[in-house]
Amino acid sequence: MKPPSFLYARPDTLEGALAILDEHGDDAKILAGGQSLIPLLNFRLARPRVLVDIALIDQIQTIGDNNGTLSIGAGVSQGDAEQSADVRRAAPLVAESIGYIGHLQNRNSGTVGGSVAHADPAAELPAVLTTLQATMVLRSSGAERMVPADEFFVGPFTTALGSGEMLYEIRIPKKPAARSHIIELSLRSGDFALAGVAGQLTMTGDVVGDVDLVAFGVDAVPLRLTEAEAAIRGREPSPAVLEDAAALAASAVDPSFGDVHADGAFRATVVGEYTHRVLLEVTR
Amino acid sequence: MRAIQDPTAETPLQATVNGASVEATVESRMLLADFLREDLGLTGTHLGCEHGVCGACTVLVDGAPVRSCIMFASQIDGRDVVTVEGLSEGEGLTDLQQAFKDNHGLQCGFCTPGFLMTISGVEPSDYPDDDSIREMLSGNICRCTGYGGIVDAVKQVWGRAQ
Repeated sequence: MKPPSFLYARPDTLEGALAILDEHGDDAKILAGGQSLIPLLNFRLARPRVLVDIALIDQIQTIGDNNGTLSIGAGVSQGDAEQSADVRRAAPLVAESIGYIGHLQNRNSGTVGGSVAHADPAAELPAVLTTLQATMVLRSSGAERMVPADEFFVGPFTTALGSGEMLYEIRIPKKPAARSHIIELSLRSGDFALAGVAGQLTMTGDVVGDVDLVAFGVDAVPLRLTEAEAAIRGREPSPAVLEDAAALAASAVDPSFGDVHADGAFRATVVGEYTHRVLLEVTR
Repeated sequence: MRAIQDPTAETPLQATVNGASVEATVESRMLLADFLREDLGLTGTHLGCEHGVCGACTVLVDGAPVRSCIMFASQIDGRDVVTVEGLSEGEGLTDLQQAFKDNHGLQCGFCTPGFLMTISGVEPSDYPDDDSIREMLSGNICRCTGYGGIVDAVKQVWGRAQ
């Protein structure tokens, strides 16, 4: 239960970190908070040759509230993001979801960007950023590109990040009139989610305007509940409409996606029920 | 915290541990818990699961409770670490330790250092009721007490009715 040997660097510039990634390619891994990576090293499920600690790169440790966009640097800790007044005002769903991540000791060390780049299928932040239609800003030596959340998560623990590339910043479009909520089920407080649902909704008069519903823990990547969204978009959120949407959410879950803790049918039931609860909360 | 521009197998570190200045060069892969226990002889920090689940290895880094089994020793460079040995200034027990004793907050004691460090690193006002105290304690596993005595100890030391 001890990590294998590796080379460790802690550059104080982004350029320095990117140069190391460039040189070592897939043999190098970013070390952010280490709350997922170091357990993997302890179990020797990962054996990177080089770890690049990003703790000293100042420009990725900031939260910015610009007109229309909330930006969260990849190195911001989950605890700091959860407590941030800017995050709570501009993207309350992010702050709410962080309360579900591990325990307070993990959130003090773990980073927002680390959770996103790790891309655990049961993780909250990938689902929440998909819900909020966030954009991931990726940097590599001499290049920058933007990837929308819907395209960033490509499989379990697999993202659009290429060799030599690192997550730099997360940009979240602000929707001041929207309401949001997240609920998840886990065996014990702080455990990985068996299933969860995040949602954001804006009313246009008496009818539903924009709506985003995403389930997690039930597929290889965050699962956008497109049929449930379509069932309520443009309609009055009557009890019957919400119940229809919840049923469509449940039927979107692949019943074969299960494990020893919960089979797929149970997870689907949970997604239906939690979709209903999220919709009741955001249309209240 | 100092920059290390080129990847290295051994990392220099200079930190404060329980108020004393510590300087060392460690294998880059050395975990903080192992550095505390084996290099500094601070064996009050216990290793249970070694993957960040049980909480026995919890210490304070810059005042915040963290898991020392999923943190590298190199990451404490320039920072302030407190272990269970650093809680009491003399030979006696702190109020929190005494509260654990008074309320049967421990039996075998293996998990106790982790609980003490977690509780020492949080703000009582963030945990206004029993449910939130239990949530705060949820990152530490105890297999003896059933937690009731630990919750009572927290309430005693925070001056709340039991």
